Amino acid sequence: MSIDRATAARVAKLARIKVDESSLDILADEFNQILGFIEQLNEVDVEGVEPMTSVSPQKLKRRVDQVCDGDQQERVLSNAPDAREGFFAVPKVVE
Amino acid sequence: MGGYNTWTIAQARDKLKAREITSEEITLSCISAIDDADALGAFVHKTPDKAVDQARSADLLLKQGDAPSLCGIPLGIKDLFACEGIPTQAASKILNGFKPEYESTVTQNLRNAGAVTLGKVNMDEFAMGSSNETSIYGNAVNPWKFSDKALTPGGSSGGSASAVAADLCLAAIGTDTGGSIRQPAAFTGIVGIKPTYGRCSRWGIVAFASSLDQAGPMCKSVRDTAIMLEAMCGFDQKDSTSSERSVPNFEAMLTGNIKNKKIGIPREYRLDGMSPQIESLWKDGADMLRYAGAEVVDISLPHTKYALPAYYVIAPAEASSNLARYDGVRFGRRAKLNAGESITEMYERSRSEGFGNEVQRRVMIGTYVLSAGFYDAYYNRARKVRSLIKKDFEDVFAAGIDAVLTPTTPSAAFELGKLETADPVEMYLNDVFTVTVNLAGLPGISVPAGLNSEGLPLGLQLIGRPWEEGDLMNIAHTLESATGFVEKPVKWW
Repeated sequence: MSIDRATAARVAKLARIKVDESSLDILADEFNQILGFIEQLNEVDVEGVEPMTSVSPQKLKRRVDQVCDGDQQERVLSNAPDAREGFFAVPKVVE
Repeated sequence: MGGYNTWTIAQARDKLKAREITSEEITLSCISAIDDADALGAFVHKTPDKAVDQARSADLLLKQGDAPSLCGIPLGIKDLFACEGIPTQAASKILNGFKPEYESTVTQNLRNAGAVTLGKVNMDEFAMGSSNETSIYGNAVNPWKFSDKALTPGGSSGGSASAVAADLCLAAIGTDTGGSIRQPAAFTGIVGIKPTYGRCSRWGIVAFASSLDQAGPMCKSVRDTAIMLEAMCGFDQKDSTSSERSVPNFEAMLTGNIKNKKIGIPREYRLDGMSPQIESLWKDGADMLRYAGAEVVDISLPHTKYALPAYYVIAPAEASSNLARYDGVRFGRRAKLNAGESITEMYERSRSEGFGNEVQRRVMIGTYVLSAGFYDAYYNRARKVRSLIKKDFEDVFAAGIDAVLTPTTPSAAFELGKLETADPVEMYLNDVFTVTVNLAGLPGISVPAGLNSEGLPLGLQLIGRPWEEGDLMNIAHTLESATGFVEKPVKWW
């Protein structure tokens, strides 16, 4: 399978990473090198094999569904690039 | 006076307990070594004032006679661990200026054990790399040199390795997703262990690939890794994958007795074109374990060849999901927007300006293998192959193997800049011997085993049964005693 310019652009868009038009060919090349390497996996007989979900056989722990933390607005916002009046601020999303 | 920075944890601990030295003296000795070593690029955020305060508190505890296990021991902390109020940016531009409001569980455990933290050490950006060349801080440099060439300390925990090998601290913590503790340990002549998946809490460690990431100690001896691992690990409510198993006294398990232990030598790790020096080092290691009373047998781990390609599906897939949080909204760096630019442009430009090339590449590969139409062909297939790789190990353990001996890396430390012209896959080959261990969730340790003809250190790796770090470190301790590796780099920095 070969990745072309258009696919590279689509993947960049999905990943929300801006890639300049002029870099798309190089990116597509790199993808193809990596995917070419990954293609080796097709040699393996995986018939009837379960995909791994957890490397150590353990059940995820459960806890009571109740509030155990909170009231930390200031600390939550302390690293925000733009915080106003207790909120995260972003460019306008609705016209 | 001074020179205490060259001590091991065990040495310092015993002298601190005997009141022959103070933590403040050892800490000052490290601080002065750090200030003298900027050429190594190891420490990237220094916290000397905090360290001295911590050392003084440790000295008080020592005076009172109820000191915990690492009381007064100065350490380096990989920049991947969140430390409250201290810059934590995973060596990435996108986390410029980020100061966590909380402390990672591992560093909190170390603080509870009395450790002194000297500051943050260098690494590859988001732990993605094998040469510490993808860091926003610039390269970390290996204190070992060959004919005036600047060498990589390995990666991603390159700063940790460089700092420990150059005696800037007594030990450091690293993280290991595909070999990031063991490969740099091997390149710098120190000991590094990645424990069983679930031993250490991942809470507060900047996530790369959550099903593979584990924290571990990087030290000057196997005994030190035993002391430090015990202090770092344990169940944590904040990480649902951390194990509730009790943590044994690892140091007490270093008996040096490995009689009747069965060591496996996997034939699939004998690569075509492998350096004869590494091959003979491997054989010598096997002989040493045999003389010490172990039984050494040839084994097969048939799916080894597919570990690296499986890893380069699974790790980027998880990374693409984990790194989605860096969007310039809640924390980290936001791109400067022009008038009229939308929120989508804010995301896209913040991420392209904030992530380096290798991180962008992996996030996009991860996005691709998870995208509609390719999920089964790539991601699910890789997870099936991962099951087979784990089964390879289960089969040899079921057949009575206690540990597997391999080289840690396919080469010694290489020159900085060498990978610039290489394709991405060439860089990935550094992890060929270490990555299986992460995929199978097993403990693995690298022990320095000798110098090559260029005078550079080489490491051997031992892979253990799950949760048997104590047994594994005992075998590693025996190998360490047998190799008698005591060489140190000649100071040039």
